[in-house]
Amino acid sequence: MSITVLYFASLKDAANKSSEQCALPESLPHLYAELNAQYDFAFEQNALRVAVNGQFVSWQTSLNDGDSVAFIPPVSGG
Amino acid sequence: MMAIVWHLFRLCRVVEMRFKVTVTAIDFTDWRLQLNNPQCGAYASFEGWVRNHHDGKAVDALHYDCYPELATHEGEAILAEALAKFDITDARCIHRYGDVTIGEMAVWVGVSAAHRDAAFLACRWILDEVKSRVAIWKNERYADGNSHWRVQG
Repeated sequence: MSITVLYFASLKDAANKSSEQCALPESLPHLYAELNAQYDFAFEQNALRVAVNGQFVSWQTSLNDGDSVAFIPPVSGG
Repeated sequence: MMAIVWHLFRLCRVVEMRFKVTVTAIDFTDWRLQLNNPQCGAYASFEGWVRNHHDGKAVDALHYDCYPELATHEGEAILAEALAKFDITDARCIHRYGDVTIGEMAVWVGVSAAHRDAAFLACRWILDEVKSRVAIWKNERYADGNSHWRVQG
């Protein structure tokens, strides 16, 4: 049971990779806390949005085997 | 027979794309032509270009990171909201990502409407929403060798 985590922008720089496989976590906040402890991202969880399988979701959304998760830092297009 | 053709036409309208991201130079020719409509008296557009300075620092180049699936989903939502919010006929937007050089186009917005006021307002609104909601991140590379992920604007 695993998921894929996608990294973008400064999170990609901090993790030094664009994606990785992780064991299916207990919850999205648990997953972010673990990864933040490992990579020391520049954001607390409440500064980020989260997307699962290419769509924004709430932090309370539960995960399933094979899901793709992305933590979304503040955007800056245009 | 006509009913089937009409139904197919309706289906095509539903899946019609109005927003896209591209790693190559923005070419809006086709989408600009799709905005042509005899009911429209106005077309407003915006091009965002990569400039060579920010906050007094010389900028050599830009790199945009992007999550294409999420960006496209949110971009389509913004254009659907614009069509509901303003008295416009249609709207399109294309955003570049990857490495973009000074002077190149980073974003294009096109809006058609019966009258100019709604076209101008919707064009501005779409651009502002895209900048604040779509999963694209700007990394400025400065002449002094440093780079920086812009948080907003």
